Amino acid sequence: MNGTASPAARKGFQAERFDFASFFFSGLTGLATLLILSILAVILINIAANGWSGLSWHFVSTIPKKDFFNPETTGVLPMIIGTTIRVFLMTIFVIPIGVITAVYLTEYASQKAPLTRIIRAAVNNLAAVPSIVFGLFGLGFFINFIGRNIDSLLNNPGPVWGQPALLWASLTLAVMTLPVVIVATEESLKAIPPGLREASLALGATKLETIVRIVLPQALPGIMTGGILAISRAAGEVAPILFTGVAYYMASLPHRLTDQFMDLGYHVFVLSTQSPNIEQTRPILYATVMVLLMLTFALNLVAILIRARMRKKLRALG
Amino acid sequence: MPEPLIQKIAVGSAAAAAAGSAGPLIEIENLSLHYGASRALKNIGLTMKEKLVTAFIGPSGCGKSTLLRCLNRMNDLIDGVRIEGEVKIGGCDIYGSDVDVIELRKRVGMVFQKSNPFPKSIYDNVAYGLRLQGVKRKSELDSIVEKSLRQAALWEEVKDRLHTSGLGLSGGQQQRLCIARAIAIQPEIILMDEPASALDPIATARIEELILELKKDFTIVIVTHNMQQAARVSDYTAFFYMGELIEFDRTASIFTNPRQKRTEDYVTGRFG
Amino acid sequence: MGMQRGHRARPLEWVAERFILMVSLSAILMVLLIFVFVVREAAPIFTGRMNSALIKETIPVEKMDSLSSRELRDYLELTPEQFAAMDRDTLRLMMEVKAEAMNELPEYIRDDKDARVNTTKWRYMLLPHRWTGYDSPEYIWQPVGQIHKYNILPLIIGSLKTTLIGLLFSVPLAVGAAIYVSQLARPRVREVVKPMIELLSAIPSVVIGFFGLLVMASVLQGIFGYETRLNAFVAGIALGFAVIPIVFSIAEDALTSVPRSYTQAALALGASRWQTAWQIVLPAALPGVFASVVLGFGRAIGETMIVLMICSASVVSWDIFDSARSITTTIAAEMAEAVQGGHHYRILFMLGTLLFVVTFVSNMIGGIVMNRLKSRLEGGKA
Repeated sequence: MNGTASPAARKGFQAERFDFASFFFSGLTGLATLLILSILAVILINIAANGWSGLSWHFVSTIPKKDFFNPETTGVLPMIIGTTIRVFLMTIFVIPIGVITAVYLTEYASQKAPLTRIIRAAVNNLAAVPSIVFGLFGLGFFINFIGRNIDSLLNNPGPVWGQPALLWASLTLAVMTLPVVIVATEESLKAIPPGLREASLALGATKLETIVRIVLPQALPGIMTGGILAISRAAGEVAPILFTGVAYYMASLPHRLTDQFMDLGYHVFVLSTQSPNIEQTRPILYATVMVLLMLTFALNLVAILIRARMRKKLRALG
Repeated sequence: MPEPLIQKIAVGSAAAAAAGSAGPLIEIENLSLHYGASRALKNIGLTMKEKLVTAFIGPSGCGKSTLLRCLNRMNDLIDGVRIEGEVKIGGCDIYGSDVDVIELRKRVGMVFQKSNPFPKSIYDNVAYGLRLQGVKRKSELDSIVEKSLRQAALWEEVKDRLHTSGLGLSGGQQQRLCIARAIAIQPEIILMDEPASALDPIATARIEELILELKKDFTIVIVTHNMQQAARVSDYTAFFYMGELIEFDRTASIFTNPRQKRTEDYVTGRFG
Repeated sequence: MGMQRGHRARPLEWVAERFILMVSLSAILMVLLIFVFVVREAAPIFTGRMNSALIKETIPVEKMDSLSSRELRDYLELTPEQFAAMDRDTLRLMMEVKAEAMNELPEYIRDDKDARVNTTKWRYMLLPHRWTGYDSPEYIWQPVGQIHKYNILPLIIGSLKTTLIGLLFSVPLAVGAAIYVSQLARPRVREVVKPMIELLSAIPSVVIGFFGLLVMASVLQGIFGYETRLNAFVAGIALGFAVIPIVFSIAEDALTSVPRSYTQAALALGASRWQTAWQIVLPAALPGVFASVVLGFGRAIGETMIVLMICSASVVSWDIFDSARSITTTIAAEMAEAVQGGHHYRILFMLGTLLFVVTFVSNMIGGIVMNRLKSRLEGGKA
């Protein structure tokens, strides 16, 4: 890295010349930053400005009839419930597996071992698989393989498990968000001072006792963060549930794992692309987008609050 | 010391037998430690006696902390460490294939260079090791926690806030809390890895007083690079240089009449 | 001695360790399962056992005995379970029905030369073909009507077109912002700006698609004045919104991991902040910037909902103001109509496999480049 003292820098000794290149290019990168921020602002402001008027208690608490394009009678209650349940189920599957994997990677695995590298590579690759491929996987594996085999084991006359369902959509999303939980948990485990583990081991605790009593309680805020990130990623995803459980319309709310469900994100898609009269549905479309964004951001907010409270508790400790 | 506790925790026979005269407790024979391709300890042979303080001194990187960590097998946690030779505690080879490291560590406590209280309350910190051993009765926990904190000369300062976080204490108090935590499970030996190196002179003096007090009940091995400290607290001193044990003798002899030139150079401050 | 208990004294510890190891293998298992089960549904395409021709060679019923059971099963397009459940007479009947069905095909189909074409063969999927009614060989994706045309080139072009537009739009912005945030901005600005850019990734892609469809399409049409309101250009820009946070965070990470000693040396020599960033930091972090582009590419080519909502007509055209149909869009839009186990269904899974492989490879490349960079920079620090 030698020879980097540029001629321009040397000239700086001679005169206090205005450095145009620096000004120009710094300005350019600053402008890029500003442009990105304004894109974000425009999207959020546009949605908030147009979506606010369509929001009402009636809208979020109504189960719509089949003609949900009618702004007067429609509502999004089943979609809110559907999205919430699928995301909740997903957390039940993904958090234990993700946390245990992270514990293995940081507490047990030898960092140079080939197996550790393979697991890390797999986690990385899992994070990069396109969401539509997760949808195909859910269809090919959960529905056509697992579901059908359950059906034939139970001698069901028709497909019960071997068709799109809440359970399969949640499992598909759990596979998709596994890397999110692993990475967040791993980060929080790594942040724990090694001295704490040593202190515990030196007192005659086994590795497992140390993990359960010292390491995991410390990592809890990180685990929560992982869960929240997974939730906010999954809540808005549509592609993975297209073939694995989402329904265009359902007259009743889902109440079994094998039921299909309506979904906020998918509903946004339906309203955007299949409306018979886009001008008429525009207000409810904006309102639905608003609900989806609010749900995603609210989940984030709850997580942030829980994290903050936990940090405080860990610090003060009673 | 309350008798039931000692029995409960099954103190080794050596400790029980040698209540009076100081017999050998830790015997290190021909110990070498390899880290990857390099050899961090070379053919160390050393015998430490019961209820005495032995200090390990030497310039940084000489292997004194590594040797200390061999005594409760904390080096096992590091990848790529290989150990040859024997370490006997109370006559039993702690690197033997049938030795349970967990049992070993219950009997050989440790205090670290950087104080590391758990992010729990003061009470829970001291009770941690006891709870691991299945002690659940509140009265028993209470009495041992109090006794340990008294022994660590911390009781008077914290008795009114036992249930606040251990992290709220000052550096010196934290280190004494770590000592209380280590002695709560009644080990025979306490290993101290530069326990006062991060503390101010007053806190250091309190730790040193404490060591002299604790020596009545425990065998102590302390690593320090503060030679005055070694001179003040220890009965025996071992001087290490480049992974080798250069000299081991009574502390008085090491500091006043060293046999080796390198020891003399070091204790008189000519290098290190 | 109290400590001579041996490891067998702690079965719980042993069991827990095995269990944790087992669970942690699930990430590997999932990647394998995804590959296996997506490929499995597409397998008949890869093995060439799928035949989409409307008119197939019929085998006279008399020749039934000369066929092996495997040949017979393939001929009747039965699954092994179905085949096993049928007796000889049923199979015979099916052969008759099949032969008759061929004879009952309407005249115009029997006269169509393409009715004998197995469109799931690689040469029809990759090379142009002169279909009946066309004057020259063409690349056509048209899985409807009597003869399903499965040429995947329009889809590949569609994917590349939208992806490249997205990258051309997002990479300069994201890298510029990464340089600004990591090198030039004051710490307080950085603390605000960084999470805000990352907040962009929290917006669901269906919302970005919606925004592109309802707002951006008209605005951009107003500016550029093109004819088709919904086209690859709009889709690409919207795609760029989804790619910005990825490129930004990886590039920013790479730029930040350049040791401070480099920059301080340059600043001490009298270089300005910008000169330091441009001449010292950026060259050192260049592989990381490259990795961010590769990973952004993987994200863009795999994105479904944005492109699906904005444009979807399949045309062979590199004109950015034409429509485009990407690979992901095709899978999402057509899976519902495809008969399970049919050739259309299999082809869609084949596209999924293609997508999986492309993103797998781009992720590998990105990951390796980034790892090398980091270990080199960390080595340089010492």
